[in-house]
Amino acid sequence: MRDKPDTITSTRRALVRAGSILTVAALAACAPPGSGSTTPEPDPDAPVQEVSTELTTEDVELDLYLESGFTDAWDALQEEFTRQYPNVTFRVRADSFQNLAQNAVRIINAPDAPDLIRFPTVASAAKDGLLANLDPYAAAYGWDDWPQGTLNQVRVEPDGSRGSGSLYALGVGYNTTGLYYNKDIAADLGIEVPPATIAELEQMMEAAKAADVVPMMVGNADFTVAFPYQMVQNQQPGLDDLKDWIYNAPDASFDIEASVTAAETIQRWAGEGYFPDDVNAIDYSTMVGRFADGRALFMPNGDWEAGGLTSGGSGDFGFFLFPGVQEGAPHVAMAAPATYVVPSTASNKDEVAYFLDWIHTDEVARQIVLDVTGSSPGGPAELPAPVAPEGSVIEETLAAAATLADDDGAIDFIGNATTGILTSTIGPDLQLLVSDRITPEEFAASVQQGYQTELGR
Amino acid sequence: MSHARQVAAGALAPAAGPGRDVGLPGGGRRRGIRGRFRGRSWVGWLFVAPALIVYAALVLRPLTMSIQYSFYDWNGIGAATWVGLDNYAEVFQDPSRLRALGNSFRLIFFYSFLSIAIGLVAATLTRSLASRWARAAQTALFLPQVVPLVGAGIAWTWLYASDGAINQILTAVGLESWTRPWLADFDLALPAVGVVGTWVLVGLCTMLLSTGMAKIDPALYDAARVDGAGPVQEFFAVTLPGVRAELAVCLTVTLIAALASFDVIYTMTLGGPGGATMVPGVDIYQLAFNQSRVGAASAMAVVLMALVLAVVVPLQYLVRERS
Repeated sequence: MRDKPDTITSTRRALVRAGSILTVAALAACAPPGSGSTTPEPDPDAPVQEVSTELTTEDVELDLYLESGFTDAWDALQEEFTRQYPNVTFRVRADSFQNLAQNAVRIINAPDAPDLIRFPTVASAAKDGLLANLDPYAAAYGWDDWPQGTLNQVRVEPDGSRGSGSLYALGVGYNTTGLYYNKDIAADLGIEVPPATIAELEQMMEAAKAADVVPMMVGNADFTVAFPYQMVQNQQPGLDDLKDWIYNAPDASFDIEASVTAAETIQRWAGEGYFPDDVNAIDYSTMVGRFADGRALFMPNGDWEAGGLTSGGSGDFGFFLFPGVQEGAPHVAMAAPATYVVPSTASNKDEVAYFLDWIHTDEVARQIVLDVTGSSPGGPAELPAPVAPEGSVIEETLAAAATLADDDGAIDFIGNATTGILTSTIGPDLQLLVSDRITPEEFAASVQQGYQTELGR
Repeated sequence: MSHARQVAAGALAPAAGPGRDVGLPGGGRRRGIRGRFRGRSWVGWLFVAPALIVYAALVLRPLTMSIQYSFYDWNGIGAATWVGLDNYAEVFQDPSRLRALGNSFRLIFFYSFLSIAIGLVAATLTRSLASRWARAAQTALFLPQVVPLVGAGIAWTWLYASDGAINQILTAVGLESWTRPWLADFDLALPAVGVVGTWVLVGLCTMLLSTGMAKIDPALYDAARVDGAGPVQEFFAVTLPGVRAELAVCLTVTLIAALASFDVIYTMTLGGPGGATMVPGVDIYQLAFNQSRVGAASAMAVVLMALVLAVVVPLQYLVRERS
């Protein structure tokens, strides 16, 4: 009795299966993925586009896509701009940095792309033709005459390498990194900052350790040891090789002496107990929280934390640029714009370029950028710097940014070399390095291998 | 991963039930009127169509596309290059991919064996309790199921922190030498996150197994007792065979949870330290969304799906043949 229904059932199963496969075949494109993209490839020989530096008198609504932690600064900027130019209003969407980093390409590629969007990694999107080339605006507004150390980071060649080529982004706030220190602890230990050399910095950390204070608060669960690592690496000879590597120049290699020396230093520091015992279990926010609580002498970080350490911290904090190997060496530090791009399909390019220029040059706007982000507003070198609250750590981060600009010592973060290099390779390998599970040489070679895999070299 | 769960759920359904014959296309039961029915067979398709279309669009199409992507080198936006089986070769050659796959099998101990073992003990113990207390105990065990995994992961991260509750308790009872930053320990980080999986799944296993035990004829226990069986013999002779079907469900669900784990690892360790807790789910996510290597991510996903099927499908046949 059971035979017949079973046969029928299996025939039906086969039919259903066949039907599904047909449906799937009809639905799934047979063409290789990505071939349906209508985005034009950038044409380097295209005639220079006509742009206007006159702000329209018609009513315009600029569509902004921002990072949710930074909407305060943007609220103030929008309000001031609309006050000066009442015909321009704003529409704002915001998302967390993580979500933004993952979805930005799709948002930029969408038919209703915003006019301006926070976008951390410009190179491949620029290469794929998704971003507006800002060269015509740079020429018209004179952006090419601003200090170029940080702007070069968002220049992209047609082959996708960064560091030179056409401008594809501007910063709203230019970040500088260095060492924060706890003034009370430093005073107790009789330490006078800034140290003149790395050796002097090590003596200070030794003094802190002897007094049972964590010398350098750093969290490596989400790979922040990359900060002190690169801070040491930046001071070694061969800086141009490192920049080439970050900018994906052909044949660039991470497997260089500077990388190995820095890895040796970091491994030694971990062994000496200069980092917290549980460094690999501390995440970024715990790191900042513990430092703000007064539980360490130093913290390597960027000026974006200056605002928080001024208002919420219990102690009194200071900031200085990382020292060199030799006394008096020019300062080198990771410094990068918080990058904003204009999608190539944006509908109000002229207006948004005017707005960007205004943010960099208007006195009120520059003050807003500093007050709310704690970062330098960038822009023309001859403009006076905005004023920081006296005696605040913001005053020190701003001074550090100015010193760095004088020394032309800005370098991009190694984690920005490719979109995934920090989480896929540098981060996990640093976790192994600080716990003595790989050698400095293996570290440098492994990072290079991850880099080549990701770039398909 | 959801498609893997779908397939498993499909495999769990009874082989042939009355429901299967209703409205399905392909002819009727009675040969005599087959001709009459043949003309109307498209009506059956109409009934199936809404579900089939949704299933095809949301499960089969992404699945097919993943398989297709796995043969390309593609960043998700630009043009793709055909690379044949290179992405699969990488899965089986790259030590970090292999390690992720190995870790997911190690998690099976915590997600499946430990949670089912504890679930069996808990269900057996609560069976003999007065019903109100039994229900309270089961509810308490089941509660972790209701907590979002991301929240649970963050809370457990605090427990495991160097100044967290676990180390405080160890210090309080004089075991200070045992304290450590658990999630930064290369050998203990994987067991530490595995325990979170056990904590989450014990409740589900306990509830399923209690339901199974409630269905066992009490006369069997009486008979066992008359024969002089103690609690332990009773357990092995009556309880365990009685909940075989529920055990299979527990095993299937927890195996898939172990092999396809993501949330807990992602929030607690990001796969660290140094890849010690990396699992395929997090690896696929990193490949696709951080490294923009859609082809490599798809190949890893296809391999993971094949592994889940290779573990779960034989299990289904084993259980079905026995029962």
